[in-house]
Amino acid sequence: MSTIDILGFALKSLRGYALRTGLMLLAMAIGVAAVVVLTSLGEGARRFVVAEFASLGTHLLIVLPGRSETTGGPPLLLGETPRDLTIDDAVALNRSRAVRRIAPITVGSARVSYRRRDRESIIIGSTREFLDVRHLTMGQGRFLPEADPRRASPVCVLGAKIRQELFGGDKALGQWVRLGDRRFRVIGVLASEGRTIGIDVEEIVVVPVASALALFDTASLFRILVEARTREAIPRAQKDIVDIVRSRHDGEDDITVITQDAVLSTFDNVLRALTLTVAGIAAISLAVAGILIMNVMLVAVSQRTSEIGLLKALGASGRRILVLFVTEAGALSLIGAVLGLVIGKIGGWIVGRLYPALSVSTPWWAIVAALAVALGTGLLFSMLPARRAARLDPVQALSRR
Amino acid sequence: MIQLQQVHRIFEVGDQKVHALDDVSLDIKRGEYIALMGPSGSGKSTLLNIVGLLDRPTSGKYVLDGQNVTALSDQSQAEMRRDKIGFVFQFFHLVPRLNASENIALPMVLAGVPVAERKARVSRILDAVGLTDRAHHRPDQLSGGQRQRVAIARATVMEPAAILADEPTGNLDSASGKDVLDILEALNDNNITLIVVTHDLDIAKRARRRLHMVDGCIDSDTTTGERK
Repeated sequence: MSTIDILGFALKSLRGYALRTGLMLLAMAIGVAAVVVLTSLGEGARRFVVAEFASLGTHLLIVLPGRSETTGGPPLLLGETPRDLTIDDAVALNRSRAVRRIAPITVGSARVSYRRRDRESIIIGSTREFLDVRHLTMGQGRFLPEADPRRASPVCVLGAKIRQELFGGDKALGQWVRLGDRRFRVIGVLASEGRTIGIDVEEIVVVPVASALALFDTASLFRILVEARTREAIPRAQKDIVDIVRSRHDGEDDITVITQDAVLSTFDNVLRALTLTVAGIAAISLAVAGILIMNVMLVAVSQRTSEIGLLKALGASGRRILVLFVTEAGALSLIGAVLGLVIGKIGGWIVGRLYPALSVSTPWWAIVAALAVALGTGLLFSMLPARRAARLDPVQALSRR
Repeated sequence: MIQLQQVHRIFEVGDQKVHALDDVSLDIKRGEYIALMGPSGSGKSTLLNIVGLLDRPTSGKYVLDGQNVTALSDQSQAEMRRDKIGFVFQFFHLVPRLNASENIALPMVLAGVPVAERKARVSRILDAVGLTDRAHHRPDQLSGGQRQRVAIARATVMEPAAILADEPTGNLDSASGKDVLDILEALNDNNITLIVVTHDLDIAKRARRRLHMVDGCIDSDTTTGERK
């Protein structure tokens, strides 16, 4: 009996019991679709988070004043007064060859006003490098000029929303705005961007770091962003930063260095585990579908007893009967699985349309695993009924009408 | 062609042992026409099943075409059944979801006969049993006589050496029963061994050789020269 004939026979008997076949296909399809949709969502969430972090720069290290054991949290000030992190400290970090660029940052809040309009805004003091480190783009004009970070100068760059609120349709470039009690000239406007983790860049005003320190009357930086030369250079950069600052701070470790990478990989791992868990739960429905297949095949065997007897009388061996029934179950689960893939893809597409931020994508391993589990359970759970069919005594099987 | 030597077949029903065949020895030559008779439970169906390789003797020897088939594996027995024996059943046993042509082609599908040859043989045999215009009807769209003719076509499509018919007319009216017997006897004229199990004496009388069974033994074996 050729393979084509075996398949043809199996498909014909599936068509012969259309309702039962339809229900089985549905069960299998739901199981596979569940796996596909849920893993797509999990994977989408993971990619979303990873992409958000990547937009901050994956080679990024963040230097915080103060020593804290918990990474990622704000500096803890438990009785100990940390030494200030100064602009000089930041400039000194350039000595490390693992460091590509640094951006000292100080943050504060001040009133921004132009003519009679004013509003409260976050003021960020930084340098030219801030633009590159944070992967920002300019809308109009230019960013802070290349200059000695210790020198203050009265220029500022506005976030897109701030510009809109202060100037409306008027020209902003070249105008003077008041920040707190000082006057700054607008030299550029940031392009309006989507959301990024951290600060909303549409609502900030960027000024040279020395100007910001003077404005807030402090000597201490909020943090220093350091970009390593390569991903591999991150550990060396981290060590260099600690060494340099320690030598400048009388041998005391009073800073915390967070690598973007560590935070990212933590999120990555958590979300991957979540995806796997969800996929595992969905896979249970596949196992249930497998048991359903077993049930249906058992019914099929007892319903088709006389047919099995006949096939034996016509010269089918027990093995052949086994192959026929297993093929039938295999075809059932494979068709169901493919159907499920299609439904899952459509479902994923709909979710993608509803929540465009979530880049829904089905990982290839989920598709392979869903197909394999579907086919595997189908074949495995059909073994018992198929063997029962193969062992039927043809005389008794034929005596049933 | 068919030789049974001291064949016993014992069924165990609960604690009891039922001797369905008790020391049966039988020699059937190629082309014979045999009627197998006897009351219910006399063992005639069991004998037919053993001759048809559907059942194995508990003890004794069965030689088919010079080959001892008692010891053959399930696989080889299936092949022997497929190539040498055709079955015709009282209740037709057609596969309900297949049409007449497909039912007839089934043994060839199992044997792996190429598609083109299958088609040729099916159309030839449909013509022989007069069902060419019913080729694409499913069994539930056929009359009893037509169904049995499809079953006979299926039994002969592999060109077997013997046709075993268990009450082939038992479920048919007399007119279609006669049609069916005519077809079977025409096959017999082509040197195919024909064994018919029947209750009906009129049918049995048509056969040249009549075996009568009682309690698992053959108690009479008569041969008449001419078929009536």
